[in-house]
Amino acid sequence: MDYVGIVLVSHSSKIVEGLSEIIRQVIHDVPIAIAGGTDEYEIGTNVEMIMSAITTANTGKGVLVFYDLGSAKMNAEIAGEMLDSIEIKIVDAPLIEGAYVAAVESNMGKTLDEVYEAVIKEF
Amino acid sequence: MELGVPDIIKWFELANEKIQHHKDYLTALDRPIGDGDHGINMARGYQEAVNKIMAKSYTEPSEVLKDASMALLAKVGGASGPLYGTAFLKMSVAVKGHEVLSLATLAKGVEAGLTGLKQRGKSDVGEKTLVDVWNPVVEYITGEEFRSDGLIEIIREALESSKDTMATKGRAAYFKEKSIGHIDPGSASSFYIFEALAEVMKEKE
Repeated sequence: MDYVGIVLVSHSSKIVEGLSEIIRQVIHDVPIAIAGGTDEYEIGTNVEMIMSAITTANTGKGVLVFYDLGSAKMNAEIAGEMLDSIEIKIVDAPLIEGAYVAAVESNMGKTLDEVYEAVIKEF
Repeated sequence: MELGVPDIIKWFELANEKIQHHKDYLTALDRPIGDGDHGINMARGYQEAVNKIMAKSYTEPSEVLKDASMALLAKVGGASGPLYGTAFLKMSVAVKGHEVLSLATLAKGVEAGLTGLKQRGKSDVGEKTLVDVWNPVVEYITGEEFRSDGLIEIIREALESSKDTMATKGRAAYFKEKSIGHIDPGSASSFYIFEALAEVMKEKE
């Protein structure tokens, strides 16, 4: 079965590596890709890394992107605009709980819109 | 007054010189109300943009602006990367097809840049962001009479008044009223960028 993909964007790679571990303890099949820190291993976010994470997480059912702070959202928006062949939704929800809820919902085989609505309803 | 490809390249070179020169100052401004990396980020991004546009040949300013915007997007980091990247990308699209930019075309470009900044940052005037410099620049450059010295006066005033506003957007917004009394780092880097533009235009007057 194909699942809605999840992308975790943070200024720190440690945050998204840790969050990915938390989710993986429970959910194994949903594609999760991370973009943490910059390409020079510093604190920040990077458009190209987010684009590559989105491409990795997409199995054809689209991708939900979660982020930590404002500039991560702006870079996620730009990444989304550059990848217009992939269906992408950026989610305004708390990064940890939001991504966790999305992984559980996606694991049930729901569509991008259904998973998105479930997360938004929760927060 | 008309700006061609060499003038636009000169604009980025001059702005880069100013940013490199004031790198520590920009970072110092960012320390009390931000994450203390604005100078480092802008210096890295602008150097990359200049390296990229110096290594290529172009037929029109729009292409220079596009390459520069991509370098800024990829290399600045922080919030300034997507903001400046978007601004110059929109500017590039707005002036596409012109081999030289008249004042009116340049004005159209800067205005498109401002619109891009507002959209990307979901911000408007008076929120202690770079919009507070770009907005008066657009008003002045689209106005009746243009002098490069006049442009410098406008941006100097805008930069000074960024001190008195309270941040409601960006990392500084977390500091609420404590952000008052500090110059906005993004307004300061935009000041250098437009000071460089004014200097390029002055040579054409």
